[in-house]
Amino acid sequence: MQYYLLIPFLPFAAFLINILFGRGFIKDKAHWVAIMAVAGSWVVSVATLVDVMSGRTLNEDLYTWILSGGFKVSVGFLIDQLTTVMLIVVTTCSTLIHIYSAGYMHGDKGYYRFFSYLSLFTFCMLMLVMANNFLQLYFGWEGVGLCSYFLIGYYFNKKSASDAGKKAFIVNRFGDFGFGIGIIMIFLTFGTVYYAPVFSQAGAFATKTVNFLGYDVHLMTLVALLLFCGSVGKSAQMPLHVWLPDAMEGPTPVSALIHAATMVTAGVFLVARCNPIFSLSETALTVVALTGAITSLFAATIGLVQNDLKRIIAYSTVSQLGYMFLACGVGAYTAGIFHLYTHAFFKALLFLCAGSVMHAMAGELDIQKMGGLKKHMPVTYLTMLIASFSIAGVPGLAGFFSKDEILWLAYSNPNPAGKVVWLIGTFVAFLTAFYSFRLIFLTFHGTFRGTHEQEHHLHESPKSMTVPLMLLCVGAVASGWVGIPHLLGGGAHFTEFMKPVLGHPEGHGTHAEEWMVMAVSVAVGFSGIGLAYYMYMVRKELPAKLAAQFSGVYKVLFNKYYVDELYSFILIRPTIWIAKNVLIGITDAKIIEAIVNGVPAAIGGFSSQLRKIQTGFLHHYATIMAAGILIIVAWMLLR
Amino acid sequence: MVPLNWYLMLSAVVFSIGVFGFLTRRNIIIMFMSLELMLNAVNISLVSFSHYLQDMRGVILVFFIVTVAAAEAAIGLAIIIALFRNKTTANVDEMNEMKG
Repeated sequence: MQYYLLIPFLPFAAFLINILFGRGFIKDKAHWVAIMAVAGSWVVSVATLVDVMSGRTLNEDLYTWILSGGFKVSVGFLIDQLTTVMLIVVTTCSTLIHIYSAGYMHGDKGYYRFFSYLSLFTFCMLMLVMANNFLQLYFGWEGVGLCSYFLIGYYFNKKSASDAGKKAFIVNRFGDFGFGIGIIMIFLTFGTVYYAPVFSQAGAFATKTVNFLGYDVHLMTLVALLLFCGSVGKSAQMPLHVWLPDAMEGPTPVSALIHAATMVTAGVFLVARCNPIFSLSETALTVVALTGAITSLFAATIGLVQNDLKRIIAYSTVSQLGYMFLACGVGAYTAGIFHLYTHAFFKALLFLCAGSVMHAMAGELDIQKMGGLKKHMPVTYLTMLIASFSIAGVPGLAGFFSKDEILWLAYSNPNPAGKVVWLIGTFVAFLTAFYSFRLIFLTFHGTFRGTHEQEHHLHESPKSMTVPLMLLCVGAVASGWVGIPHLLGGGAHFTEFMKPVLGHPEGHGTHAEEWMVMAVSVAVGFSGIGLAYYMYMVRKELPAKLAAQFSGVYKVLFNKYYVDELYSFILIRPTIWIAKNVLIGITDAKIIEAIVNGVPAAIGGFSSQLRKIQTGFLHHYATIMAAGILIIVAWMLLR
Repeated sequence: MVPLNWYLMLSAVVFSIGVFGFLTRRNIIIMFMSLELMLNAVNISLVSFSHYLQDMRGVILVFFIVTVAAAEAAIGLAIIIALFRNKTTANVDEMNEMKG
């Protein structure tokens, strides 16, 4: 199975080629290198999937990375069911988005730079999912964060873009700090950072407590929550969700690949990968479930009133990621990963459609200025419509199966929190359907509300963009069919496939209850769509009226619950104040500069005295020398 | 037979004249000559001791000193000439540019 090495290293080779020769030689052919590499990875990933399906998994070290006393870490690869699913998601989305980018980024002057970052991102993401130890996972984790920073700030001469890049990076530091400590805790506890021994020994520590900041804390809860910190940052959960909507400053293919389909799901992957640790702690699981549920509700409500095309989808991403955590939190890791997998397709598709719309609208993102695009760009319209049906949970499409699985497993969970998160999840499903179709109706239906020039410019995107849309659309429709539940006569193959890694959560309920949960989720999906239709197609004056009537609520939602302002007030402004007045004003000016300038000043003062004896008169030197000899002689004679 | 003391006193007198000349005169040629006096005072005492102790090592050392003095005279004079060409003076008080 050695060929699996091609999966991460093909994109890495493409990165090296493009970054070294892109500017001078490859220029606008850069996409060939990148697409070939990532398509190669995809082919190998499919071959790996076939291998794993036939029962061959692999866990081997390739190369000793760090060896220090008892601490040994290798570059090693673990290929099991979870890894292969992630490989398929990453390489499939990555390949299609690379192809799309070739059309979307055409003529951009940083073309080669864009593709080399995309390749580097793909490499890091693949290293992340293929790692067999926490440190390599951390390497990939930080690598994708770095690429995300590069790509959000891709238009670096635009201030908002470079600010957004910094914001993403800094917000992620908060989460990664906890994650880093979590890895150290794991090393301290188990003496190794390899998955296999850690997960197999985790049970032995199930009841162990540890003194943390003066309190006795359940060790596994602490480790799980620290790891979850990293997930919260990377997957943009409350309260570290603020970076993701701003990340939309990056080029749209980047939003689709990194900030929807792959990188942001790394947090969910981490929780699922560490399920033996999380499963030992009821508290940690409840925290995960509630964080997920609250985030999904919170983000969905914000999504209701936003007007920026990409930001609506970004909030939808935050909300859906919350869904995945909700699933993991109720112990339904399979359902979480299943939703990750289906979500990657329809969310990437939504973003790419948004990019296509932007392309036609010459960069305009305000959905208030769109409308009636349906007849100008039929392919984009149809694919986006299908993606929206999928996310709204229309039966038969990918989103339906994964969402239904999550809701059912939440409902049937013996933990009382399960019913609460099920309620929240169902309500969020309603909101999701509503804002997704608000987007569709405002963008594609009705009459055009932009300027005359924009209307003249409207056109369908080129083939290199529409073909990936259509391919992803197949994914958005069909990717869920691998996990059709037994209730609907399917084989639940996905759950069965993941069983060796993620276990098999059983729904504790009757068939009738399962039908009820499914019926409710379908009903709320359709009523969300229906309400959107009523408000934005039938009675178009209603939204403005409601906004006026509930202006307080509307303002809070429109301003995203003022979280950014709150952070600005409690974190950013005090930090800047401390930086200016303490670090620059006292530490820098008074302490460091005093040392840096004081030492040379003292030496200068001393030597300016000392140099006065260097008069330049030969006789002075001769006299001093003679006197010196006299003194030495006298001392020798008289002692 | 002249006793050793006399030679040593001669040596001391010549050395003192050299030191005195070196410290008091301003003409660089004179100072240079004083330097040679000091060297030769040392030579006198070396030869005297060599004879007194019936040991040839002192005489051999004198040959080395004479050789070094010759070389030093050649280079020293060359430096003095170069200095004189630049300064058009032999007064060391006017050669005080190498100061801190």
